[in-house]
Amino acid sequence: MENVVPFKIQILSIIGTLVFMYFIIRQIIRGKLREEYSIVWFACTIIFLIFSFWRKGLEQISAALGVFYPPSLLFLIAIGAIFIFLVHLSIVNSKLQSQIKDLSHEVAFLKANKTKTTLEQSS
Amino acid sequence: MTKPRADILVVIPCYNEESSIQNLVNDIQSVKKQHNLPIDILVVNDCSKDNTLEIVKSLDCLYLDLPVNLGIGGGMQSGYKYAYRNGYKFAVQMDGDGQHPAVELPKLLQEALRNDADIVIGSRFLEGKGFQSSFVRRLGINYFKWLNRILIGKTIHDSTSGFRVFNRKTLEIVNQYYPDEYPEPEAIVLFGLNNLKMKEVPVEMCERQGGVSSIHSFRAVYYMFKVTLGIIFVYIRLKGKYGKCSPIQNSDT
Repeated sequence: MENVVPFKIQILSIIGTLVFMYFIIRQIIRGKLREEYSIVWFACTIIFLIFSFWRKGLEQISAALGVFYPPSLLFLIAIGAIFIFLVHLSIVNSKLQSQIKDLSHEVAFLKANKTKTTLEQSS
Repeated sequence: MTKPRADILVVIPCYNEESSIQNLVNDIQSVKKQHNLPIDILVVNDCSKDNTLEIVKSLDCLYLDLPVNLGIGGGMQSGYKYAYRNGYKFAVQMDGDGQHPAVELPKLLQEALRNDADIVIGSRFLEGKGFQSSFVRRLGINYFKWLNRILIGKTIHDSTSGFRVFNRKTLEIVNQYYPDEYPEPEAIVLFGLNNLKMKEVPVEMCERQGGVSSIHSFRAVYYMFKVTLGIIFVYIRLKGKYGKCSPIQNSDT
C-alpha cells in the first residue's frame, strides 16, 4: 500500500504537469500569452516534471539541505518563485502604465489638433 | 508643431470641476485683458464624469481631453508637454477648483518675467494672508519643508502649492519626467537636484469653491507615505545621475 499511493500521485502529477504545459503552449499559439512571460511557466513545469519522475529527489535534496520535512522545501521554492514572478508582473505593470500615460498625452494632442483643424475648415 | 499665439500658457488640470471652472477661466480672461498679459489658457480635462468638458468647450480657452484618467501628475504633464512642444516660454499651473485666485496671477508672472528664477511658486505661508489650510495639513506641509531642506538644502515654505510658473528650462525637464500622483512636493526635489532656481512669492489662496479634495482622512496617511517614498526615490535616482549637486542659491523673499 505504501508503494501504491506514491505511484498514483506520481502519475497524477505527470499528467497534471503535461496538461499545464499543453495549456501554456495553446495560449502562446492563440496569441494570448507572450513568449517572454511563458518562460517562467515552462521552467516551473519542467521542475515539476523532474520531481514527478525522480521521486526520491526531493527527499535527497531536503536531506542534503538539512530540511526535516521535504514538502516544506517544495513550498519554500514555490513561494519564492511566486514572489519573483509577482515582482516581475509589477515591473511590467509599471512600464505599461507609463506607456499608457504617454499614449494618452498623444491622443489628447491629436484630439486637440483635430478639433482645431475642423474649426479652421468650417470658418 | 503649431505656432504659439502667446508666450505664457496657463494650464488648469480639471477633474469634475463643473461648478468652478467657468468662473476661473472668465476670471483669468478678465485679468489678461486688464493687465494686457500674453497668455493662453489650456484646460486639461482628466476624464471628468460630470459636465466639465461641455462647459470647457463653450469657454474662450484651449483644452485637452485626456482619453483615460491619469491623475493630477499625468494631467499636468500633458499641459507642460503641450507648452513645451508649442514653444511657450512659460507655463503656469493653476488648480481648477478655484483655490488659486486669478488676481494673483500677475504677481507670479511679474516675478517669472524678471528671469531670475526658473520656477516661481505662489506661497500662502509667506505673508500668512488668505486661506491657510487646516492644522493637520499645515503639519504635513511643514514635514515636506523639513524633508526638502535636508535633501536639497533649500527651504520651500509651501511645497504642496500647485500655483506655479515654470520657464522653458523647467518645461524641458518636466516634458521628460513628472511625478504621477501628488506631484508637487516631489517636483521640488526634482527641480532642486536639477539645479533649477526656485523662488516663492506670497499669494492669497481661497478655500476650494467646488469639487472634492483628492486628499482626505485615510488617504492622508497614504499621501504622506507615497510622497515621502517618491521624494526619496527621485532623490536617489537623480543623485546617482548627477553626482553631488552644487549648492543651490537661496532666493527666498
